Amino acid sequence: MIDNGKLPPLLLLHPDDNILVARRDIAAGERVDLDGETFTIPKAVELGHKLARRDIAADARVLKYGAPIGSMKAAVARGEHVHMHNLRSDYIPSTTRDGH
Amino acid sequence: MSTATSTLPMRGWLRKDGRKGIRNVVAVAYLVECAHHVSRLIVQKSGADDVHLIGFPGCYPNKYALEMMKRLCTHPNVGAVLLVSLGCESFNREELRRHVHASGRPVDLLVIQQSGGTSRTVNAGIDAVRKMRAKIIEQQPVPMALDELVIGTVCGGSDGTSGITANPAVGRCFDWLIEQRAACIFEETGELIGCERIMASRAITPELGREIEACVDKAANYYRIMGYGSFAPGNAEGGLTTLEEKSMGAYSKSGSSPISGLIKPGDVPPRGGLYLLDVVPDGEPRFGFPNISDNAEIVELIACGSHLILFTTGRGSVVGSAISPVIKVCANPDTYERMTDDMDVNAGRILQGAELDDVGREIYELVQKLAAGELSKSEALGHQEFILTYKQFEPIGPACLPAA
Repeated sequence: MIDNGKLPPLLLLHPDDNILVARRDIAAGERVDLDGETFTIPKAVELGHKLARRDIAADARVLKYGAPIGSMKAAVARGEHVHMHNLRSDYIPSTTRDGH
Repeated sequence: MSTATSTLPMRGWLRKDGRKGIRNVVAVAYLVECAHHVSRLIVQKSGADDVHLIGFPGCYPNKYALEMMKRLCTHPNVGAVLLVSLGCESFNREELRRHVHASGRPVDLLVIQQSGGTSRTVNAGIDAVRKMRAKIIEQQPVPMALDELVIGTVCGGSDGTSGITANPAVGRCFDWLIEQRAACIFEETGELIGCERIMASRAITPELGREIEACVDKAANYYRIMGYGSFAPGNAEGGLTTLEEKSMGAYSKSGSSPISGLIKPGDVPPRGGLYLLDVVPDGEPRFGFPNISDNAEIVELIACGSHLILFTTGRGSVVGSAISPVIKVCANPDTYERMTDDMDVNAGRILQGAELDDVGREIYELVQKLAAGELSKSEALGHQEFILTYKQFEPIGPACLPAA
């Protein structure tokens, strides 16, 4: 039953979502299915991280599990990494070890 | 919804208050940090896995700490208690001793300053523990049913896989346990910021829904004043970006049952159902962060009567707990590979095609196996972490526990 190779590497958690989650580590240049189209991953992405499902404008809400998880600090293009550098909390800012 | 049909024979030690424990441990409790080393030596030299160390480090009085120690020392998994006091601290040792005594448990109190110092107290403590163990080992366990169980859940070291695999699998297990009228407790409000409205809509009364929203507001306000949300660097390294994203993932541990009540540390659920535990202190922030680490939350879940804890982790926590066993549900398949010896369940296999229901069922059966005497991984490895610090709470209001 468990066959990692055949499973799509990107996971859509809810139909309303504008991000996808990496089901495993994905290498740069890997060709994946993105909403029915073949898409070449521009930059390696790690398991559990998020990619933009479509272009998302600055200040737009990001939806995961069909629920808002923050707003974009800057616009992001389809297939790009969505993370600390471009997404902010609408509640309390997140912190890292560097204090950013 | 699918159901988990299998039920396995469980057993528990019947206590005077009618509750049953799935373990029969002797708790050695220090009542100030100054009595910690002596207590630790007593536990170590007793040389038995069922002698657990708990305690409160502070010298100043605190109502919450006294209440927590009362609840913990009379937890159904505890068969007997040895209290160790230095002598000059403000902890109300006599009140705690009377409370434990009234619960029908063997209890002893050693005051280091009166016992003649470290060595004499340690020797007296070892002797006291030996006598108490001999006494409680005679007690025979009786059959126990799922509706007598209280199960808590917590997440620690969450990452981008937690909300997809381990947390919803625990939620599925919770749904099945609640169908069998077990009491299930989830927390923590500071990690549910962003889920307040969805959560409120699941409350069994509108008044309870409003209490839930207010309590998440309280948490958001508290964490804002502290300057940090409940979000660690490891969360970000694992793919989580914002507090509300982490919240949505954490929230799925609650499953899909209606929310029957909102409780605070030390409140025992009055009947089966799903309960939210509010761990954020009331009033102005006074004693620091609501929960300085995962074990603080685990201790509070145990003070609410939790017989065992379902701990979901993505990055890979290794902790267990004093008093109640901890089951590790690993969300991330890579972490599971790296830390297999610490993990009870590989929920990360959901990402590789396994069914959520199958993982949920594995957890559901593991709960029953532990209540039949099987040890969890962290338990077998000797993890008995414990932490209790200063807090302040007001009692819950009438809207928080509507009649069933």
